[in-house]
Amino acid sequence: MKALRNPLERAINHGSAGSGVHHWWAQRFSAILLVPLTLWLVWTLAVLAGADYAAARDWIASPWNASMAILLVGATFYHARLGMQVVIEDYVHHRALEVTLQILVAAAALIGAVVSMIAILKVAFTG
Amino acid sequence: METNQRPLSPHLQIYRPQWTSVLSILHRISGVLLSVGTVLMVIWLAALAQGEQAYQSMIGFMSSPLLLVALIAWTLALFYHLLNGIRHLLWDTGTMLELKPARASGWLVVVLALALTAIVWGGLL
Repeated sequence: MKALRNPLERAINHGSAGSGVHHWWAQRFSAILLVPLTLWLVWTLAVLAGADYAAARDWIASPWNASMAILLVGATFYHARLGMQVVIEDYVHHRALEVTLQILVAAAALIGAVVSMIAILKVAFTG
Repeated sequence: METNQRPLSPHLQIYRPQWTSVLSILHRISGVLLSVGTVLMVIWLAALAQGEQAYQSMIGFMSSPLLLVALIAWTLALFYHLLNGIRHLLWDTGTMLELKPARASGWLVVVLALALTAIVWGGLL
């Protein structure tokens, strides 16, 4: 151990300690949303297993299913980003590598969400 | 690679694995697996929007033995993370934290996750 100073004494005046609570709530809120959305996903996979292209397209094109798909994609990538953030914070102890991974994960989650939503909207609006 | 020298709390090399701690790290591992698996969801949606030809080649790709194994593992990770996530949400309310319900709910989660995966893939294969 390098520092003998009290951790609290070192932390005081070095930024807000309240912001961590937001992450905790955001993770729980998206988790609760994902419970019904995941059940919808499982139902969808059961319906579409072995279905042909037209049937799969019809399923996603319905306004109800398109809405659920968009909510699922949004909540999934948000929750995944929050979870991966904590995993990287906990296990990657090389600062430059950690920051690089955090940026890559955040970018990948954003790109995944946008590409998925555009695909859903295209199917929803072109039938 | 140089890592920083901040003290870390005692971890895997100190503690003997217990049922609850194994399930805890499995929650993380399944979460990372699911995050990686979102790529398959994006591919599926993109192929659906692209057209019938793209959709057929995507289905062909997903039916390869390697992807089939990945999809089964992904299904198990999904059910485990969903059920164990509900367990975590219940803990967040301050309930079921005693050793007995914590262990019992862990068994329930594992058995249900395996059973649901078997039901889903039993119907598909």
